[in-house]
Amino acid sequence: MSEQPLLRVEGLSKYYGNRLGCKDVSFELWPGEVLAIVGESGSGKTTLLNCLSTHLEPSAGRTEYRMRDEVWRNLYELSEAERRFLMRTDWGFVHQNPADGLRMTVSAGANVGERLMAVGDRHYGHIRETAIDWLGRVEIAADRIDDQPRSFSGGMRQRLQIARNLVTGPRLVFMDEPTGGLDVSVQARLLDLLRGLVGELGLAAIIVTHDLAVARLLSHRMMVMKDGRVIEAGLTDRVLDDPREPYTQLLVSSILQV
Amino acid sequence: MTAALSIRNLSKTFTMHLRDGVVLPVVENVDFDVHAGECVVLGGPSGAGKSSILKMVYGNYGVDGGAILLVHDGAEIDLATADPRLVLTLRRDTIAYVSQFLRTVPRVSALDVVAEPLVIRGVDKSEAQERAKALLARLNLPERLWSLPPATFSGGEQQRVNIARGFITDHKVLLLDEPTASLDATNRAVVVEMIAQKKAAGTALLGIFHDEDVRHQVADRIVDVTAFAPRIAA
Amino acid sequence: MSLIPSYNFAYLDEQTKRMIRRSILKAIAIPGYQVPFASREMPMPYGWGTGGVQVTAAIIGPSDVLKVIDQGADDTTNAVSIRAFFAKVANVATTTHTADATIIQTRHRIPERPLQAGQVLVYQVPIPEPLRFLEPRETETRKMHALEEYGLMHVKLYEDIAKHGQIATTYAYPVKVEGRYVMDPSPTPKFDNPKMHMSPALQLFGAGREMRIYAVPPFTEVVSLDFEDHPFEIQHFTQPCALCAATGVYLDEVILDDHGGHMFVCSDTDNCEERRAQGHRGHLSGEELEAAE
Repeated sequence: MSEQPLLRVEGLSKYYGNRLGCKDVSFELWPGEVLAIVGESGSGKTTLLNCLSTHLEPSAGRTEYRMRDEVWRNLYELSEAERRFLMRTDWGFVHQNPADGLRMTVSAGANVGERLMAVGDRHYGHIRETAIDWLGRVEIAADRIDDQPRSFSGGMRQRLQIARNLVTGPRLVFMDEPTGGLDVSVQARLLDLLRGLVGELGLAAIIVTHDLAVARLLSHRMMVMKDGRVIEAGLTDRVLDDPREPYTQLLVSSILQV
Repeated sequence: MTAALSIRNLSKTFTMHLRDGVVLPVVENVDFDVHAGECVVLGGPSGAGKSSILKMVYGNYGVDGGAILLVHDGAEIDLATADPRLVLTLRRDTIAYVSQFLRTVPRVSALDVVAEPLVIRGVDKSEAQERAKALLARLNLPERLWSLPPATFSGGEQQRVNIARGFITDHKVLLLDEPTASLDATNRAVVVEMIAQKKAAGTALLGIFHDEDVRHQVADRIVDVTAFAPRIAA
Repeated sequence: MSLIPSYNFAYLDEQTKRMIRRSILKAIAIPGYQVPFASREMPMPYGWGTGGVQVTAAIIGPSDVLKVIDQGADDTTNAVSIRAFFAKVANVATTTHTADATIIQTRHRIPERPLQAGQVLVYQVPIPEPLRFLEPRETETRKMHALEEYGLMHVKLYEDIAKHGQIATTYAYPVKVEGRYVMDPSPTPKFDNPKMHMSPALQLFGAGREMRIYAVPPFTEVVSLDFEDHPFEIQHFTQPCALCAATGVYLDEVILDDHGGHMFVCSDTDNCEERRAQGHRGHLSGEELEAAE
């Protein structure tokens, strides 16, 4: 394991006027570590994710990231150009709705290749080869490379979105309910694929989900949020098998047994 | 010589917030050692807290007090207070666990389930698979099942996959929760033999065995868990 | 022709011209950058060159000689109307000869005769934003220009190759200006792109409906985007102009009859006429045509 964390979050709070989004969140994320943020709608988990991924500016606190050159930077002090560059190279963001993360009117190959072209790859053959390789890794047949995601099923679109994000070899991926709108069987396939890719590539990931099964399968560590605050955090199986807080116990006991 | 695993004054209660905060004491003053090359069996009736102790030692359950001391990387570490990242490192390198039930992952083959602990420690995938095959063969799991995900296997088949996964590495501490419960006599004998080999290799084993015959064969010492029953009910 | 007394010189009032000139100066200072301007209502519909006309009106002086072309031709309705407009409101001399013009307003072509220092080429631009094809949000495209995020432009070219085996964009082919801004050269054929590079003439672009002006100053680097393994190429024609036998010029296909008969002729009518005046003859020129009349 590497000697230093990848991300350090200290006292992060976000208010919308007088209304609380999230309050006083602190944690560290290490390379290769998957952190699940769980909680019900309105618990502040999406606000937290948006602050961490710099889509929102927090009201207080700081988030530091160890850049590829090993320099620690406060994310909220990056210039917009640096921030956007980070987001399309060293980071990924997987949206719940694939249409928010894909270009629906260009081909699957171009969706995967866009990040490569954005960082200056100007060789069509190489871009296409890489796209085919990545489509294969997310189990999309090579002969669909020139089809638009509009003609893809929900599960395929989500897998395409993942390939599009991972093609530049990011070190950190944010995921917002990545299996949200999918059928159960499709979810299982996606989860398994994600689990494999995260392990194989040594990705660090922050996954927002309300589904404890997703947290169990993918994450090493989890944070439970309620009313904007982190009420319980720790090793995923410890939080799920031995929940301490009343709300966590309620969440865990609400899982349907099959 | 220090023990491979030292449990000191461990105590555990469950607070059931959904049942008006009722506090269920589980165990207290749990205190024993497991040495390298030794198999310690937890004894006592159901509900005495045997599984809870194993889960605490694996970091699955939190503890209310006491220490769980292990030697990892040449240093003594208290797993009871270790941060999640350290617990994961301990699990990768030092402490392994054969649970009662296999938690299956969709689409991952039995062979890969077994090989995984080696792969995450950096062993070459094909070598890890070879060793997984040898173990599954030894446990008489039909070869046609190796490439299938274990979700649809019978209880005994799943248990053997689970055992192979736990035994494939050379972790210094191995926890066993009823590993032979759903096995037939032949495979029970195989597991007893495998445990003997682990002991000979210097592994410290801590287990629960309800089958008296097996317990008799593997146990060097039995720790009676009823001795740790909480004295004060809350 | 005489000035219409009720109009200011060149139709626009002086304050408006001043505003447009300021935008032009800024555009020249930042080659390829789209400068907003307060586009005025002009006495012609959008799409007929309101942007180009305003740029021309802002820069034209009494001693200028104006040429207007539409698809390379001096004699189409749009070209004739605009030429007549300026003859009327600015009383300037007009010409069809590229060499004689000081200002050439154009729709969809760059003249074949190389432009000279001192000449100004004014392009009529329908859609100034080259990124709009893939990113419809103006807020986002402006940010992309500001941060030089042009990967998307190659996505468009990638799509071309994936679909057609080659870059099939044949007009409005995107260029990078002076190594910085990606620019839409207006719907000129890509055949004309190389003419923009290091041109001694000043090139001004006016988009009336979209209220944008941009510019390529003289001797500016203009590079067509491409891939290493699919380099930029201009169109090639297998036959010379049917009227003047010119090669290496842009040709239009002209349908001759209902039986598939057609010919390829110079799109630049002035260039074609000059060549014929010099005695060049194509295989369908002169004699046959006269005989047909």
